[in-house]
Amino acid sequence: MKLTKTLLATTALTVAAGTAFADGHMAGDMTLVSWGGAYQASQQNAYVAPYLEMNPGVTAVWDESSAEAVAKLRAMNEAGSVTWDVVDVVAADAIRLCDEGLALEIDADEMLAAAPDGTSASDDFGDLLVSDCFIPQIVYSTTFGYRTDLVGDTAPTSVCAVFDTDAYPGKRSLEKRPINNMEWALLCDGVAKEDVYDVLATAEGQDQALAKLDTIKDDVIWWSAGADTPQLLADGEVVMGSTYNGRLFAAIEEQKQPIGMLWDAQVFDLDGWIIPTGLSPERQARALDFIKFATDTQRLADQAKYISYGPARLSSAPLVGQHATLGIDMAQHMPTDPENAKNTFLYNYEFWADYRDDIDAKFQAWLAQ
Amino acid sequence: MSEAMMAADGTPLKRSLARALRRQKLRALGLIAPLLVFVVITFIVPIGSMLFRSVENDIVSNTLPMTVQSLARWDASSGALPDEAVYEAMYFDMFLAAEAKRHTRLGTRLNYEQTGLSSLFRQSGRALDDIGKETQRPLEKLNKAWKDGETWHMLFNATSSADTNAALLSAQRARIARLTDTPANQEVNFAPSTAATALLPKTGRAYTAWAVYVATQDGRDPATRDPWEAVATALALDLKTVDVSGYSGPGAELLVEAQSADLPVPALSAAFADMDEDWATDVPWKTIQTHSGIYTSGYFLNAVDAQKTPDGVAWQPDDKQILQKLFGRTIWMSLMITFSCIALGYPIAWLLANLPMRKANLLLILVLLPFWTSLLVRTSAWKVMLQQQGVINDVLVWIGLVDDANRLIMINNQFGTIVAMTHILLPFMILPMYSVMQTIPPSYLRAAKSLGATNWTAFWRVYFPQSVPGIGAGSILVFILAIGYYITPEIVGGTKGVFISNRIAYHISSSLNWGLAAALGSILLAAVLVLYWAYDKIVGIDNVKLG
Repeated sequence: MKLTKTLLATTALTVAAGTAFADGHMAGDMTLVSWGGAYQASQQNAYVAPYLEMNPGVTAVWDESSAEAVAKLRAMNEAGSVTWDVVDVVAADAIRLCDEGLALEIDADEMLAAAPDGTSASDDFGDLLVSDCFIPQIVYSTTFGYRTDLVGDTAPTSVCAVFDTDAYPGKRSLEKRPINNMEWALLCDGVAKEDVYDVLATAEGQDQALAKLDTIKDDVIWWSAGADTPQLLADGEVVMGSTYNGRLFAAIEEQKQPIGMLWDAQVFDLDGWIIPTGLSPERQARALDFIKFATDTQRLADQAKYISYGPARLSSAPLVGQHATLGIDMAQHMPTDPENAKNTFLYNYEFWADYRDDIDAKFQAWLAQ
Repeated sequence: MSEAMMAADGTPLKRSLARALRRQKLRALGLIAPLLVFVVITFIVPIGSMLFRSVENDIVSNTLPMTVQSLARWDASSGALPDEAVYEAMYFDMFLAAEAKRHTRLGTRLNYEQTGLSSLFRQSGRALDDIGKETQRPLEKLNKAWKDGETWHMLFNATSSADTNAALLSAQRARIARLTDTPANQEVNFAPSTAATALLPKTGRAYTAWAVYVATQDGRDPATRDPWEAVATALALDLKTVDVSGYSGPGAELLVEAQSADLPVPALSAAFADMDEDWATDVPWKTIQTHSGIYTSGYFLNAVDAQKTPDGVAWQPDDKQILQKLFGRTIWMSLMITFSCIALGYPIAWLLANLPMRKANLLLILVLLPFWTSLLVRTSAWKVMLQQQGVINDVLVWIGLVDDANRLIMINNQFGTIVAMTHILLPFMILPMYSVMQTIPPSYLRAAKSLGATNWTAFWRVYFPQSVPGIGAGSILVFILAIGYYITPEIVGGTKGVFISNRIAYHISSSLNWGLAAALGSILLAAVLVLYWAYDKIVGIDNVKLG
C-alpha cells in the first residue's frame, strides 16, 4: 500500500503541478463539476453567475466530468489531493460516494437556506434528501421519446411499446446500463409495479428481465451520452428511445423535431450537489457558502427557466415561470406536472446502491454475449 | 604475461580508458536526464502503479484483520459453517469498517469474485447497529452510569504509566491506520490499562479501537464520548466467560453488578443469519478465505474468464465468460484493419513514390489531410456516412441498389469499426511504405523488364520484395495502434464491434474494478510485446524501415 501511495502521490503531484498554473487554487478559485451542455448552462445562468457577482474575489472553473465523478473522486482521495470543490452528481452516485466516505455529510437545516416562508430546508426538500451527503437541485425523469412520423397511426401510449417490435418496428435506443431498463422489462413482462424491486432482488428475477430485454436485443442501439437519443431520433435512426426529459424538451421545442413524449412509466431521478471530503477548511467553507446560495428557493426556480427539470424544493414550484428565451410556460413540460405524471415509476435508491455491482456485472456480460 | 600497458600519466591504460568512457557515459546520461526524469515521473511510475493494482489485495486483510486470522483455521471443504469465534471476529471487524465506511469497498472488491457479496456487505453494515443495541439497552437500563462515556473511560484508562498496555494501543493504531489508509498516530486522550484489558480482553480491544478511531479520525476526545454499541456487545461477551468478582480496579462494582444481572448475550452466528440468510451459508466465508492474501492472482484469472475457488482455479459460469472472446475479437479485428490498410495503402504509396514531385506532394497532402482533423470529428463523420439513414444508404436507395425497407446495417457492428479505423489508421501505413518505396530505384524494374519479365513478374519478383520492409513497419504501427484503440470502437462499434480497451475503460470509470482493468491492460501489453518478439523472429526488426 505504501508503495502505491507514494506512486499515486507522485502522479498527483505531477498532474497538480501541471494544472496549478492553469487553474490552481490560489486566490478564490472554485472548481465546479457538472455535465456540460444545456444543463450546465442553466446552472451558470441561474446561480453561478449571480454568485460570482456577489463575491467579486471568487472565480469559477467548470469541469465537465460528472459522468466519471465517482471514479475520479476515488482516485483523488487515494492520491490525497482533491481538486474539486462542488460536484454535481445523480443521486445514486451521491449515495455511493457517501457510503464510501468520499462526500461530506450535510446537515440540511444547519447548512442550507430555509424556504422564504420559514419552512426548514429538510421539510422543503422532504423525501428528496435521499442521502446524508446529497443536496438535490432538480427532479428529472428518464423517459421515452418517439418519432411521430414513424409510429404509424397509433402513437404509443405505454412503455411496453418499446418491447413490441411488431406494432412498432425499427430500432430503439436504450441506455447502456441496467438501471431503468431492467425495471421496464419486468413491468412489461407482467410484474406488478410494486413488486418490481422484490423480483429484481432475486437471481431469477434478474434473468427474467434480461430474457425480456433479449427479445429486442437486436433492435437496440445502446447509448451512453444523454445527447445520443435526441440525435438518433432526429436522424430517424431509431423509432423511439429513452433519455432525460430535458433533452427531449430541447429537441421538440427548441429544434422543432417531429418527436413525441411518452411519459408512461417515466422514472423520476434526482440530480444535485455533493462536496468532496478532504477539502481544506477555507475551501470547504466557500463550497458550503456557494451551495447554500445555489440551492435556495429562488435560485432553483430560476434554473427551471432554462431547462425543463423540476426544482427539488417544494417552495420553488410556484415560482417556476416561462422559458427564458422561448417564452413558453414551463410548468407543463416538467416531469412532475400532473398530466405527465399519471403513471410514474419510483426509482429505488437503496435497492440500486445495494445491487448495482451485482446487476451491472450480469448486464454487461449479457450485453457482450 | 606481459606488463600492463600504461597511459601517458602512468596509470594503467585499462583504468584510464574506463575512466574516460565513464565520463562520456555520464555526460550522455546528463544530456538525456531531463527527458528520462520526465518519462519516469509522468509515464513509467503511473503506469507501474496502475499495473501493480492487478495483484494488490490488501483490502481484505486490512478491513477484516481478525476475521481473516480466525478464518484461517476453518476448513472450507468440511461443509460445516465457521465457528462462533469467526462470527465474533467478523462482527467487530465489520462494525469498525462500517464506521470508517470501508465495508462497502470491501463488498465491492469481493463481489468481483462472488456476485451478491456487495449487497450483503452494504445491508449488513446498516443492520449491524441493531445487534449492539440489544445488549446496550439492558446494560444502560441496569445502571445509568453505562450511558456515560466517562464511565467507560474510567474503567479502561490506565491509572499509572506502569499500568499502560502500550502494545494494545499501538496495535489498534496500526489497525486503524491500515483500515482508513491515513496515519493514526495523533495524540489520544486514552491509554488502555493492563489490568482492565487483561480482565476483559474483548472489551478492552473494542474500546481501545473506538478511542483511537474517534481521536485520530474524528478529532474528538474519547474521555467524554459514548463508545459504539460494539463495545457493549464485547462487554456482554466478556462477562459470560470471565469472573470479575476478584477485580479491584476502578469501576469494579459496576462490573460485578453487570455480571450478576446476567445480561443477554447475542449469539452472533444467529444474529448474522438473522441479518441475511447468506451469512448462514459458507459462500461468503469461502470467498473471504480464498481471497484473504495481500497479493492475489484473482484479477488475472478474472481477466481470462477464470476464478479462484477454494478447490483451485475454475472457469467462470458461461454467462460471465466474455473476456477471452473480447481478446480474440480485438486481435482478429486489428488484423483485419491491418490487412485493409495494406490493401488500400499499397497502391497509394506506390503512386506517391512514382508520380512526379509536384503531383506526389499534392497527393501526400490529401493523405495527410485527415491526419490533421480531430479524431472525434472523423469518427462522427463515419457515423453520418454509415448509419441506416446515412449518406451511403441514401445513395444506394436512390440509385435503386437497396430497398428502402432493407437498408444496410453498417454501423454499431464490427463492419463499422473496421471501416472507420482503417480510414483513421491508413496514414500510418502509407507513410512508412512511401518512404521505403522512394528508395527503390526505378531502374530495377526496367532492368527486369529488359531481361524479359512480364509486368507482373517484374513487380512481384523485383519490386515487391524490396517494399516488404515498408509493409512490415506500417503493419506493426497500425496493428499496435489498433489493438489499444478506444474511442472509435466506442462510438461506432455498438456491442459487437468493441475492443478489450472499451472493457478496460468500463472497469476504470464505471464499475471501478481497477484491479481487473489493470490485469487486462497488463495482458494487452504482454500480448503486444509477444507479437513484436514474434515479428522480430520471423521478419527481423532490422528489416523495418520507418523512413
